[in-house]
Amino acid sequence: MTDNERTGSDSSPVDEPIPLMQRVLDNPFLLLFLGILVPTVFYIIWGVIEITQIPIAE
Amino acid sequence: MAITPPSERVWWKEPIAKVELVWILIAFVWGLIMFFMMIYWHGAGEQNLSNEAYKITPVRFSQRAQAMIDQYTVRQEGIYPVVHPPPGSDVYLIARLWQWWPILELEKDQTYRLHLSSMDWQHGFSLQPVNINVQVHPGYDMVVTIKPDQAGEYGVVCNEFCGIGHHNMVGKIYVVE
Amino acid sequence: MASSAAFRICPTTGLKVNLAAEKLIKANAVAAIVFLAIGGLFGLLVALTRWPAVHFLPADWFYLALTAHGLDVLIVWIIFFEMAVLYFASSVLLNCRLAGPRWAWAGFVLMLVGAVTTNVAVLQGQSSVMFTSYVPMMAQPPFYLGIILFAVGALIGCFVFFGTLVVAKQEKTYEGSIPLVTFGAMTAAIIAVFTIASGAIILIPTLLWSLGLVSYIDPLLYKTIWWGMGHSSQQINVSAHVAVWYAIAAMVFGAKPLSEKVSRMAFLMYILFLQIASAHHMLVEPGFSSEWKIFNTSYAMYLAVLGSMVHGMTVPGSIEAAQRSRGLTKGLFEWLRKAPWSNPAFSGMFMSLVFFGFIGGISGVVMGTEQINLIMHNTLYVPGHFHGTVVAGTTLAFMAITYLLVPLIFRRELKFRKLAQWQPYVFGVGAAGISLFMMGAGTLGVSRRHWDMTFADAQLPFDYPSAAFLMMGLNGIAAVLATLGGIMFVVIVVGSVFFGRKLGENEKPSYPEVPPSAVAVAHYGSSQSLRIPGTAMLVGVFFIAFVLYYFVNWKYLSEVWPLS
Repeated sequence: MTDNERTGSDSSPVDEPIPLMQRVLDNPFLLLFLGILVPTVFYIIWGVIEITQIPIAE
Repeated sequence: MAITPPSERVWWKEPIAKVELVWILIAFVWGLIMFFMMIYWHGAGEQNLSNEAYKITPVRFSQRAQAMIDQYTVRQEGIYPVVHPPPGSDVYLIARLWQWWPILELEKDQTYRLHLSSMDWQHGFSLQPVNINVQVHPGYDMVVTIKPDQAGEYGVVCNEFCGIGHHNMVGKIYVVE
Repeated sequence: MASSAAFRICPTTGLKVNLAAEKLIKANAVAAIVFLAIGGLFGLLVALTRWPAVHFLPADWFYLALTAHGLDVLIVWIIFFEMAVLYFASSVLLNCRLAGPRWAWAGFVLMLVGAVTTNVAVLQGQSSVMFTSYVPMMAQPPFYLGIILFAVGALIGCFVFFGTLVVAKQEKTYEGSIPLVTFGAMTAAIIAVFTIASGAIILIPTLLWSLGLVSYIDPLLYKTIWWGMGHSSQQINVSAHVAVWYAIAAMVFGAKPLSEKVSRMAFLMYILFLQIASAHHMLVEPGFSSEWKIFNTSYAMYLAVLGSMVHGMTVPGSIEAAQRSRGLTKGLFEWLRKAPWSNPAFSGMFMSLVFFGFIGGISGVVMGTEQINLIMHNTLYVPGHFHGTVVAGTTLAFMAITYLLVPLIFRRELKFRKLAQWQPYVFGVGAAGISLFMMGAGTLGVSRRHWDMTFADAQLPFDYPSAAFLMMGLNGIAAVLATLGGIMFVVIVVGSVFFGRKLGENEKPSYPEVPPSAVAVAHYGSSQSLRIPGTAMLVGVFFIAFVLYYFVNWKYLSEVWPLS
């Protein structure tokens, strides 16, 4: 069940540079960083700031 | 296959089939519509939460509620005072183990600033059968401006688990012409 | 350590299977299924109590059972199984030794000790605080401690997964990029790291608070960060079960992704935006701005929903393309009609796909709309929705792939084939019923987590409409059906794993059928000639259902009291 044998005709030349976005998707630790950064900033930090800014009843 | 590495070394440059592209476009536009629908409703819709809230101690909240009860109680129903505050005023509803206190009597098509807070654990304000549901926290006073648009007798069910008496926590709101 | 690098060659797939990884996959899968059985049993007790005509448990036992049910299935069953998926997708699919098998075992032991600790705390009766354990309601310290231990163990498992990716790359055990299924599993692992970190941030102080070492935990702060764990943990499931869909499509049909780029970008949308939908739980809380609510609840303009809608097309699309390339080209649906509906791996996977999309997916987006949440929050609509995602979606998908893991990893012949053939249908229909009837009851206002919908002992009377009682009766019947499906699953798996015939070293299992490698579809021709009209039709129907249901709920909302 292996279909990763490269068929000569349509596989790209070995020296063709890998596009930037493919390199991003091939980088688990960059994705791990982004996957923690986005929810931490937008959900947790922004949310906690809003909670701390709730005024005290006069 | 999906369980083997991609067959192309540079798979990023493979063309996307038209049927996939069309679906991605439809899904993206639909996402935008749903996103802007929420913003649109803030302007055009009548059901929005104000997000007005204050930090308040349970003691202070219950003092304010008691002041309203002392001033505007119109009758007694069992142990519950029935309070008929003037339209447009600040109305307080206490959530506590395991009561919604007091019973409120509101006038149809008038607006009220309803304050919700808990004396102890979290509770859930669930107005039935209208089906309006708002979370009630201790230490926070949430202000919701409501405008009852139908007369009748409404139940206030607690829909956040609050211990062994949770299922007995029912309150009442009357809306009169 | 010589033993950790020992391999066998799988006679079916040709993959090199690391023996250390194989043992860990087995251990995690077995622990998962044990807790599925325990949690499922508690679920049955809950459903029987909420069935008005049966009203099985007394109130204190009901709340205890509901707490245990939530923890055991939403966290323990699912995450144990996900550990098995992570080890499979890294070590086995990459032909690589597992990085740090001793760490993986340490993680497993921590998870097991944690799960048992929390279960014991709940069963002692002083920790019936629900899965969410909202402060200031307090559980016994072991309740929080157990969850923390479990989370730390799972975190170790995630790092073993990432470590294995590194080892595989260094030792060049694969060429090019990781397989799509591994990429999906990596998405799950990334979300898991955020999930576990959120849980640690809030549950460690809460443990100290229950020990009397911290005086106050703000309930709103607790709830915000807790849902960073509580909701994201279910997003781990979504990523993992989508990866499982792709895996089953590949293993049963030899299907190739329509486009690596599109499917991976869809997973990227999950990595970036799926977790912020934790705000679904914060839409009617005091004090948050509408800007925060709208941005987070919409997964940043529904980009993660876009990801799911893409998977919803590419998974069946890849199956259709594979089937058509084998000559099943008649009409729109010959490929689907002649799919192996008696193979539980396929039928379970396909029902999981359909139910997750139509029931769990649509209801989740509708309920997560800022204003519409007002008419659904904390009603039975909420558990209705997540039984559509987690039970009919994730659990069914995990059951489906178990039918492939038993012969391939446990090396046992599957027993009770007739039963296995029916199992996904019984469980799937039951789970779909549970979802739909609870959503129905929730639309009628019925509260979740509530022992007595008649309010018999309340100081003030209130009656739900009679249709709501009918819904809860039907929910009870559906739950019995799902339980039956669950028992069938446990019997088949336990029976096969312990008493099934051992497969010989080079013997290929005959059931469920997995195509020989020659049949694997390498290409569908150029992208211009890709034809998946049946799938296009299916997603069209889905889209119409989605749009109609979405606007129907705006209509419902517009009929309630004006609020501002």
